[in-house]
Amino acid sequence: MKEFKVVGKSVKRVDGISLVKGKPVYVDDFYLPGMLYAKVLRSPHAHAIIKRIDTRKALKLKGVVAVFTYKDVPRIPFTTAGQGSPEPSPYDTFILDKKVRFVGDRVALVVAEREDIAEEALNLIDVEYEVLPAVFDPRKADEKGAPVIHDEKEAYMPLPLNYNPKKNIVTYVEAEVGNLERGFKEADVVIENEYECHYSNHVPIETHIVITYFDERDRLVIRTSTQVPFHVRRIVARALNIPVKKIRVVKPRIGGGFGAKQEILNEELCAFATLKTGRPVRLLYTRREEFMSGRTRHPQIIKLKVGAKKDGTLSAVSMNVLMNTGAYGSHGATVLFNTGSKVLPLYKCENVRFVGKTVYTNLPVGGAYRGYGATQGHFAFGIMADEIAEAIGMDTLEFLKKVHIKEGEGSPIFRMLGEGKEGVEQKITSCGLPQCIELGSKEIDWKRKREEYLRERNNKEDSRGELGW
Amino acid sequence: MKIKVLINKEEKEFEVRVNDVLLDVLRRNGYYGVKCGCREGECGACTVLVDGKPVTSCLYPAVRAEGKSITTIEGIENDKIGSVLQEVFLEEGAVQCGFCTPGMILSSKALLEKNKNPSEEDIKLALDGNLCRCTGYVKIINAVKKASKKLRERREK
Repeated sequence: MKEFKVVGKSVKRVDGISLVKGKPVYVDDFYLPGMLYAKVLRSPHAHAIIKRIDTRKALKLKGVVAVFTYKDVPRIPFTTAGQGSPEPSPYDTFILDKKVRFVGDRVALVVAEREDIAEEALNLIDVEYEVLPAVFDPRKADEKGAPVIHDEKEAYMPLPLNYNPKKNIVTYVEAEVGNLERGFKEADVVIENEYECHYSNHVPIETHIVITYFDERDRLVIRTSTQVPFHVRRIVARALNIPVKKIRVVKPRIGGGFGAKQEILNEELCAFATLKTGRPVRLLYTRREEFMSGRTRHPQIIKLKVGAKKDGTLSAVSMNVLMNTGAYGSHGATVLFNTGSKVLPLYKCENVRFVGKTVYTNLPVGGAYRGYGATQGHFAFGIMADEIAEAIGMDTLEFLKKVHIKEGEGSPIFRMLGEGKEGVEQKITSCGLPQCIELGSKEIDWKRKREEYLRERNNKEDSRGELGW
Repeated sequence: MKIKVLINKEEKEFEVRVNDVLLDVLRRNGYYGVKCGCREGECGACTVLVDGKPVTSCLYPAVRAEGKSITTIEGIENDKIGSVLQEVFLEEGAVQCGFCTPGMILSSKALLEKNKNPSEEDIKLALDGNLCRCTGYVKIINAVKKASKKLRERREK
């Protein structure tokens, strides 16, 4: 192999020394004189209207500077998803709203001279809720009579993506290449299965944290733990209705994000408090808030129907994905498209159908999370590949090597599915899958485990389900 | 009230409230290398050494630190074991986002102080209370192995 100066060599990281020395490189390693501490009152109900909210008692507590509710903030819909503009995400979020849509949704913001005082003041806010029926099962979210989660007139999708909030549908997509019916007819085996992926949280060790203040030229500075500083700037400008040029975003070192911080989760709320009080404000998520009111990997229900021939080629693939985005749309459309577009092209097949639907429920909100939808799809298709291989009497690794996309090849799915628009034709110019299959199976001792599993299963053929395979 | 501590070999007095945990007192006084990740003693990002033993400072009552010796990440630069750990953590790619690193290095230091030749199992047990979400631990464990080897070689010279 050719010798390079940098490629293939170990490089000293430029910020390494400061990290091992524990230098103050993160958002919260910073103090400004006069800084206030913000805390958010969160909804105890999955779906409710705030009928009455009384903040007088909280305001009387010594050290409390301000309490904000939906009555105080501009009513401009925006998306919390940090994506390119125009955004393929519904504008369905307000800084604070009269309606709460999941347990952990924002109700009010307290700013105080000390964090513990802000915390104490939360208990002094008196709220009367009108509890509404809620929907928790994504299968039932778009049924007739289901509670409508985004019934506000302002919510809309900036791109034409089949947004139908009246039916709790964030997006719906249907795409097909080739002839699926013929594909299934030509198959020697057809297997149909349903797979479910659960919620999971990124758990960055540094929780979400933002500090906002005015600089010497009265520009709003947002010092935030984010993966998307430019989107923070644009989205906060929209939410607060101030010019982009009046905002400066500082992204110091961040303590892990994994997609959780590809989201404008607190910045506009904290900035609002600075605009109103004129003082620096700090808003830090507790670990509990990170789980309840942060972002998650979207749960999905994936139906797969695959037809294969005895020689290990696929003749038809049909994938149907029902995705739960929780109470807000956020990355709900793009993640769904990726489940199709990042998984299906890997398996060569002429006849492919992808149907996807993302629905609102009164549950925590999904967001970007490592793999961005591909993870869920690969989970389902990985199991399916194993079952197909077994059904046609082929070794799984051989089957995978035969069926995966190769160097120089393209896929009709690349064009069929983009992120909120048509995709683009692509040719694979390099492919490391053979090495991945080889090395990966060796590292996890796959062959031995597989044989052991088969032996075990054949011994108790009748109780296959108990093995949790 | 005030507490007196020996922190990073320096005598200091800190103003504390009764229900303060050590984590907040240290950060209030500029020891920003002590991180807060969970406030439940689960993640270990707030690890400091109290009289040489790793503790989760997010649960440690500040008043209990009165008269004790505290070591934070800021205080190990000139320390034989500490500085080698800082060096090899970088060499081995054991630092990614860096947020768990101060805690990891301090827990490793406490281990290497009492065990000059730890097995992989010893290392895993010593780092049992420190969570990392980026590197997946392999590189961190390798770094501690390499540090103990380096320190042994230095002693032999």
